[in-house]
Amino acid sequence: MSAVAETVNEAGSVHEQQYLTFMMADEEYGVDILAVQEIRGWEESTMIPNAPEYIRGVINLRGTIVPIMDLRMRFGLQQVSYSPVTVVIILKVESSHGERVMGIVVDAVSDVYTISDQSTRKPPELTEDRNSAFIKGLVNVNDKMVILLDVNELLKIPASSHVPGLANN
Amino acid sequence: MSIDLSQFHQVFFEESFEGLDVMESQLLDLDPANVDAETVNTIFRAAHSIKGGAGTFGFMQVSDFTHVVETLLDEIRSGTRSMTREYVDLFLQSVDCLRAMLSSLQAGDEPDGGRAASLKSEFEAILNGGEAASATQSQETAPADDKPAGWRVTFIPTEDLLQTGNEPFRMFRELQELVGDEHMRVVADTSYLPEFTNLTPECCYLRWLIEITTDIEKSAIESVFEWVADECEISIEPLDSVVADAPAAQENNAEDGAADADESSAPVIPAAVTAAVGAANAAASASAQKSNAQKAAKSAEPSSIRVSIDKVDSLINMVGELVITQSMLGQLGQDFDMSRLARLQEGLSQLEQNTRELQESVMKIRMMPISFAFSRFPRLVRDLGSQLGKKVNLVMLGESTELDKTVMEKIGDPLVHLVRNSMDHGLEKTADRLASGKSEEGKITLNAYHQGGNIVIEVSDDGAGLNEEKILAKARQKQLVPDSVELSPEEIHQLIFMPGFSTADVVSDISGRGVGMDVVRRNINELNGTIEVRSQRGKGSTFIIRLPLTLAILDGQLVQVKNETYIFPLVSIVESIQLQKRSLNNITGTQHVMKLRDEYIPIIRLDHIFGLRDEDEEFENPMLVVVEGDTEKVGIVVDDLLGQQQVVIKSLEQNYQKVPGISGATILGDGTVALIIDISGVGNNIESHPHSPRPEQAA
Repeated sequence: MSAVAETVNEAGSVHEQQYLTFMMADEEYGVDILAVQEIRGWEESTMIPNAPEYIRGVINLRGTIVPIMDLRMRFGLQQVSYSPVTVVIILKVESSHGERVMGIVVDAVSDVYTISDQSTRKPPELTEDRNSAFIKGLVNVNDKMVILLDVNELLKIPASSHVPGLANN
Repeated sequence: MSIDLSQFHQVFFEESFEGLDVMESQLLDLDPANVDAETVNTIFRAAHSIKGGAGTFGFMQVSDFTHVVETLLDEIRSGTRSMTREYVDLFLQSVDCLRAMLSSLQAGDEPDGGRAASLKSEFEAILNGGEAASATQSQETAPADDKPAGWRVTFIPTEDLLQTGNEPFRMFRELQELVGDEHMRVVADTSYLPEFTNLTPECCYLRWLIEITTDIEKSAIESVFEWVADECEISIEPLDSVVADAPAAQENNAEDGAADADESSAPVIPAAVTAAVGAANAAASASAQKSNAQKAAKSAEPSSIRVSIDKVDSLINMVGELVITQSMLGQLGQDFDMSRLARLQEGLSQLEQNTRELQESVMKIRMMPISFAFSRFPRLVRDLGSQLGKKVNLVMLGESTELDKTVMEKIGDPLVHLVRNSMDHGLEKTADRLASGKSEEGKITLNAYHQGGNIVIEVSDDGAGLNEEKILAKARQKQLVPDSVELSPEEIHQLIFMPGFSTADVVSDISGRGVGMDVVRRNINELNGTIEVRSQRGKGSTFIIRLPLTLAILDGQLVQVKNETYIFPLVSIVESIQLQKRSLNNITGTQHVMKLRDEYIPIIRLDHIFGLRDEDEEFENPMLVVVEGDTEKVGIVVDDLLGQQQVVIKSLEQNYQKVPGISGATILGDGTVALIIDISGVGNNIESHPHSPRPEQAA
């Protein structure tokens, strides 16, 4: 599907992509809509021992074990308790060993925008910001800033070397 | 013709590896003194298919090499040459060489031509130096030597050539482009035309004689005709050496029969031929297995599995039944009242049965006979036997015992190791055997059978058995066993599975480096299996491997730790007891041990290593699950024991990453996820544990 969408766009002069956006701490973030598999409500997950704090655990998604990441915690934002509108966006990316599916917990889903590459701006280089690796670009939609995220970077879990406990095995 | 042939490469490689395995197994069965014509034919056909396929796909190195192999085989087949042990060895080497070439081609590399070239020259030396082979064959062998001035091509299509969509004139035109108009003469032979009333317009009755008067390569002509190789008889002969009477040549060909037709002609499409060979030879698909295993090791290419049509049919039947049950239940649900409760219950129990049967047959798809894993051993034993100078008779039993494909792939290497060990250490030298009154020929038995929910594989030899004194002495020397401790023979036998243990006086390239048995044991433990050894001095030893039938399902013990549910593999649990506080001791202040009857076993608190509880938090009525990990018994403290059930193992790594101490996950009846404990991973952790200081440290 992704291939088709991109060829069509490449035929035109402007490369456009659709983004699903969601809210988190009053900011709007966008992810490539083709990486989104589905959107679900929050449900209790099973904890993974010695996992990074932002990995909430794993859930059973129709027979597949899917890890769930709290994006607020991943970005170091203030934690909020989960509410009925708290949603989990299930993302799917191609990785070196096949497809990977992972869920991210966000405050609420917002909208779908079509965004052209040209209107995307590079984020300002902030060496202090440890989250800058996740940011693909910034874009203005209806006078609001949307932060576009790099899904591949987002779903990378650093090797568990810094994790205490069993990690040294 | 612009078909992208690369899409068929994978199939070609798989079939070629199958073909090589067929060749290998048949060669090993071959008794040079008493050659069975059918065996030689089978070998020949396999070689021919590989040559044909390689030619079609443009792997000229492979097809050229296979060609000389095939030529010698053909001479043996036709009786002009008799099989000798040297030839068998040469053929086996060629099989290895071809396999290496194909593997590198499959990986996208250029094959190393050196070995092929040297083998090829050996073949050519035999072929040229040998007694006069039949005229056509010698020409085929060395066409390049006497650069003919041209070629005479006799092309006799079968009557249904046109029906298969082949057009002779297209080929002639192609030839014409190749050699040029002035160097080619085509004569149609119309003598086989039937009477007009009997003539079927769709049939091809014509035969052609083509003379080419330029020194084009023979293979170029062959490649023009390669697509019709199955539908014609074709002979390509040097122009000057051909006697003028073409009909005689035709007759010869006709006599030789259909098999000869494709031998002398160009490559055929491999699928058709290998399909026939493969179907006749169940062992053939073994290579699909092996090549898949190699593939999986090299890259993440998707591997395929061959499933018999019976299994698929029974699956379809069951799905059909499931659909019927579903519609029955659906109807029942539409206007349900309590009077139909009995029918509902009946329907539900039917559904349960359908589901169970379906699950079983789906599992069966992954099951393959263990002969796939065994098939490599005749060759291995033969080669190793001649290397070691030992005569060995390999007996394989229970080859049709089925086990899971993944288990099979992983059990191959440990089995090879065990067989090598048995041959090197187990069996005595021939002189020693005779001295101890045994027959000259040693015997190695591979046996597989089902026992309960497990598959048992035994590797036994009738050699000297384990030398207990030597093992114990070695263990003491390496300080694996304190001098003061006396061990029973069984305990001594277990020592050979210790890391770094080897009693071989001389380290050979076969075994003796002491990295063997512990690796074998670890590999088998990874499959949730066990290995034990039984040995009797002077009578031989037997290694017994027990494996679960499938990796997909596990008998589990559910335990509770704080609010979490974990699963212990039932096979690794020795016993579960109430934890007695007063029987707890600690050594060096960091490690708890508990005296259990005569042993001290280390204690692990799962809640601590998983970070579920703080150190000082106490909990009530803990249970101790004693498990046997890699080598040692370990006690694991949990809050409570829940039920036992079969669980379906799901991968945690697929979407996440490997978690230390966790081997996988499963889904419980209520839909939640529970993690499965990796016993040896947890067990190994007790030495190095920086995370949680134990209470004793704080004190």
